[in-house]
Amino acid sequence: MFDTPMCSLPLAPGLGYKPQHFADIMQDAGRTRWFEIHAENYMGQGGRPLAQLDALASRFPISVHGVGLSIGGEGPLDAEHLARMKTLCDRINPASFSEHLAWSSHGAEYLNDLLPLPYTNASLSRICDHIDQVQATLGRKMLLENPSSYLAFSESTWSEPDFLREVAKRAGCGLLLDVNNVFVSATNLEFSPQDYIAAFPLEEVGEIHLGGHDEDEDDHGKPLLIDSHGREIADPVWALLDITLAYSGPRPLLVEWDTDVPDWPVLAAEADRAAQALTRVLV
Amino acid sequence: MTTQTDFRAGLLNPDAPMPEGLTNAHGVPSPKRYGVYRNNVTVSLVDALQTGFPAIHSLLGDQNFRALATHYARANPPQSPLMMLYGADFAQFLAQTQALAHLPYLPDIAALEYGLRSSYHAANHDPQPFSALLSLAPEQIDDAKLALAPSAILMQSVWPIHDIYTFALDPTTPQPQAAAQDILILRKEFDPKPHLLPANAAKFIRALGAGKTLSQAIENAPDTDVGAILTLLFTEGAIARITV
Ligand SMILES: [Fe+2]
Repeated sequence: MFDTPMCSLPLAPGLGYKPQHFADIMQDAGRTRWFEIHAENYMGQGGRPLAQLDALASRFPISVHGVGLSIGGEGPLDAEHLARMKTLCDRINPASFSEHLAWSSHGAEYLNDLLPLPYTNASLSRICDHIDQVQATLGRKMLLENPSSYLAFSESTWSEPDFLREVAKRAGCGLLLDVNNVFVSATNLEFSPQDYIAAFPLEEVGEIHLGGHDEDEDDHGKPLLIDSHGREIADPVWALLDITLAYSGPRPLLVEWDTDVPDWPVLAAEADRAAQALTRVLV
Repeated sequence: MTTQTDFRAGLLNPDAPMPEGLTNAHGVPSPKRYGVYRNNVTVSLVDALQTGFPAIHSLLGDQNFRALATHYARANPPQSPLMMLYGADFAQFLAQTQALAHLPYLPDIAALEYGLRSSYHAANHDPQPFSALLSLAPEQIDDAKLALAPSAILMQSVWPIHDIYTFALDPTTPQPQAAAQDILILRKEFDPKPHLLPANAAKFIRALGAGKTLSQAIENAPDTDVGAILTLLFTEGAIARITV
């Protein structure tokens, strides 16, 4: 149905693109071979954001990562927003398009966060319908990302890996596996991250995310990790990545750093570490 | 069952109880966990406002700004996934906030900051050189219509908005004195800048924007140094089209 392959991102490290790094990247991107952008930041009419994106896209494969389609929303998708997404994808013909297993809009209101949903038969069929609509409109296969969770829904009847496997099968989409999100959710909901990876349909994974998290405590003094993307990737997350890659083989690896964004060399060092992790499974 | 309507209600209302059916790993309700989402939503919106309105933030101080922005965000969540549009009515909210009545210029400063952001994301254009106008025959110059760039935005105020804005971001600049000031935001290539306009220049620019010919615009704004304004418009690349 879709001419575009699921993912033509290189089996190499990528970084979340931040405009302040534009000059550094154009001079020497180091071992970073591709970039991911948050789609909604490039939906203005013109000016610097789109000019930089065009320049970046002429040199590197781009992953367009949406944060506002609200795929997990109870209501219908925002057709106007989906049309904007198509305009952006048509403009730069990205190597990959991805969105989240989450909702962020309620009616006309946009809540600017990735909000959780219960895993039930009802939510499953709704999400598959939404993904159908996205893929049909964009004319390309998308990847759906596993969320980081802070709480559980008592009404859920599916485990997250099984739910995502079923979505991928029914909707014909690929998956984006965020290893930090797995670690955060596993700590918060007291399951084994290794078991989660073992149960995950790794054959559907077209991209892996890595990012930093913050540590807090819940009402009962239990650890509560927050997916903040504001620091270095934690050592246990690197260890979980190694386990994942050992099962999955090499995958495009993205480092996300979205708040308190450091200077380019700090990000480049994270990309180097991702490159080393890939080298271990490439040889 | 927790509907998204239930889930959403407490996100923007800190007094609302946590929706039912949300638990920790052992099926025990954990308000602090729901609070992570509530906090994420509010803080991300307040941060976006702080980034979008740095002069208002500076004029009010961090604590006051964040308290006010929290209030605004809870009552006026974004109506689009494009965060670049968030805060379009922040100026109006400031104008309606009784506690800010002693700072009557704040709404105009907020409008200026939103104008700068709109200009930043506005469509590109093909800037026309002054020579394109000057090379026309004199009667053609009179009848020429100058179209302003989509990124050119006119702001008129009874307050010294240019000086207040500049002072808010750089307190080493002179303290603003009472005066009405008009500003034309112009974006040469990528970075919008507020340009202080001479008296009556706004009338001239409005006339151009309304599609009047050059001679009509000049008539519309007597006592204006038209040469100086045209020099500003052309050197800043603000004329997108000349039609004769
Ligand atoms: Fe992610």
